Amino acid sequence: MDALVDNLDLILKGFWTTIQLTVVASIAALLLGTVLGTMRVSPIPPLRWLGAAYVEIVRNTPLTLVFFFMVFVAPQVDIVVEFKTSAYVALSVYTAAFVCEAVRSGINSVSTGQAEAARAIGMTFSQSISTVILPQAMRSIIPPLINIFVALTKNTSVAAGFFVTELFASGRDLNLRHPSDGLWFLGGVAFFYLLITIPAGIAASQLERKVAIAR
Amino acid sequence: MTVTEQGGTEAATGQPLVVLDGVNKWYGDLHVLQDINLTIKRGEVVVVIGPSGSGKSTLCRAINRLETIQKGSITLDGKPLPEEGKALAALRADVGMVFQSFNLFAHKTILQNVTLGPIKVRNMKKAEAQDRAKELLDRVGIGHQADKYPAQLSGGQQQRVAIARALAMNPKVMLFDEPTSALDPEMIAEVLDVMVDLAKQGMTMVVVTHEMGFARTAADRVIFMADGAIVEENTPEEFFTNPQSDRAKDFLGKILKH
Ligand SMILES: Nc1ncnc2c1ncn2[C@@H]1O[C@H](COP(=O)(O)OP(=O)(O)O)[C@@H](O)[C@H]1O
Ligand SMILES: [Mg+2]
Repeated sequence: MDALVDNLDLILKGFWTTIQLTVVASIAALLLGTVLGTMRVSPIPPLRWLGAAYVEIVRNTPLTLVFFFMVFVAPQVDIVVEFKTSAYVALSVYTAAFVCEAVRSGINSVSTGQAEAARAIGMTFSQSISTVILPQAMRSIIPPLINIFVALTKNTSVAAGFFVTELFASGRDLNLRHPSDGLWFLGGVAFFYLLITIPAGIAASQLERKVAIAR
Repeated sequence: MTVTEQGGTEAATGQPLVVLDGVNKWYGDLHVLQDINLTIKRGEVVVVIGPSGSGKSTLCRAINRLETIQKGSITLDGKPLPEEGKALAALRADVGMVFQSFNLFAHKTILQNVTLGPIKVRNMKKAEAQDRAKELLDRVGIGHQADKYPAQLSGGQQQRVAIARALAMNPKVMLFDEPTSALDPEMIAEVLDVMVDLAKQGMTMVVVTHEMGFARTAADRVIFMADGAIVEENTPEEFFTNPQSDRAKDFLGKILKH
């Protein structure tokens, strides 16, 4: 217990890094995933193929491999960035594939008549997506999206293997220095993860129930 | 307020507005539109009638390119329909469409349904778009429901809003694909009344419908389709009292029985 309290600043520092990774990657994945999801329903076939290829490749690749690529392969073609930046990119790229699928299935849940009516009054594809389709797709996109962000929170721990001292890495490093207090560190680290994931999970299930009632 | 004032359809009434020339479309092996030649003049009201599956909807939707065609050409106001993108969107803004299932924007109020196109597509000021929308809603008898959502309205009311939404774009021509087929019988008349008014005011209209009363009151011409082809074309009176083809006789026999 004492060891945990004494080193709380290190744990909190790691926690802060985890929050940064989660928030930045969430926003980036949300933007990229929405663009990809829109591409997947676009009237232009090459865009659809590109979107589909992205999802199939990224979603079926272990996250560790995506990290590996960013940290070890990218520098060989002279893309040298900080480890933390690599982590942002790897997490965003990976999570975007899941966001894309949530967005795509949300768009498909809106009846085709809505898109036809939008086109019939002269809206372009992007106008129809942004003003008619996505607002109506939101209710089916948000619940899976929260689950994706919960998964992302946990996935940030992969960054620990690639030289980023986030929450898990802080716990691991403390454990190496004070092996006898390992359980305390483990519990502390778990507590901070749950601090993010449990409220998010509750929010997701409440939203899901709301959507079910509204239908 | 009349349609000619807003739509500019006044000029050159009687000139060709929509011209379909040798139009063909296939769904796989199914030849849904077979050599369709059809000229719709400015101010004309054309009723399209025919058995289910004969290609009426496809014809209607080809005119604003919601469906593509594989052969032939369609021109609107002398210009061929654009392939894709912004030009196609601009064309669609000039062609009003009313669907069987209304398709009002479910997340928008009645007023917003009518102002969305003018604001987003025509770049009209919000206040101006709202004033116009209110006028149009009054005209179709929904003025007092402007702040409700589509789901709170009856089918007949929703369809009248859909007509107002299309009119708000100042279309050159209006397409109606079975606008009353999804309605309870007591609501059909209120929608047809609005359409008859529109026809009287000189709107160019293509109407897929089996409502003979409407065809007789408002149509200049009836087109009978079967198996993807135009089988017969005539004035409403002639068509209903004296059909020429066996297909038309057979079809009229069936719908008249009820
Ligand atoms: N998207 C589609 N794919 C394949 N066949 C279709 C499609 N839409 C319509 N069809 C077929 O084309 C024919 C004409 O359909 P449609 O124009 O809807 O007829 P109508 O409106 O006269 O009932 C029908 O046989 C229909 O089954
Ligand atoms: Mg039809």
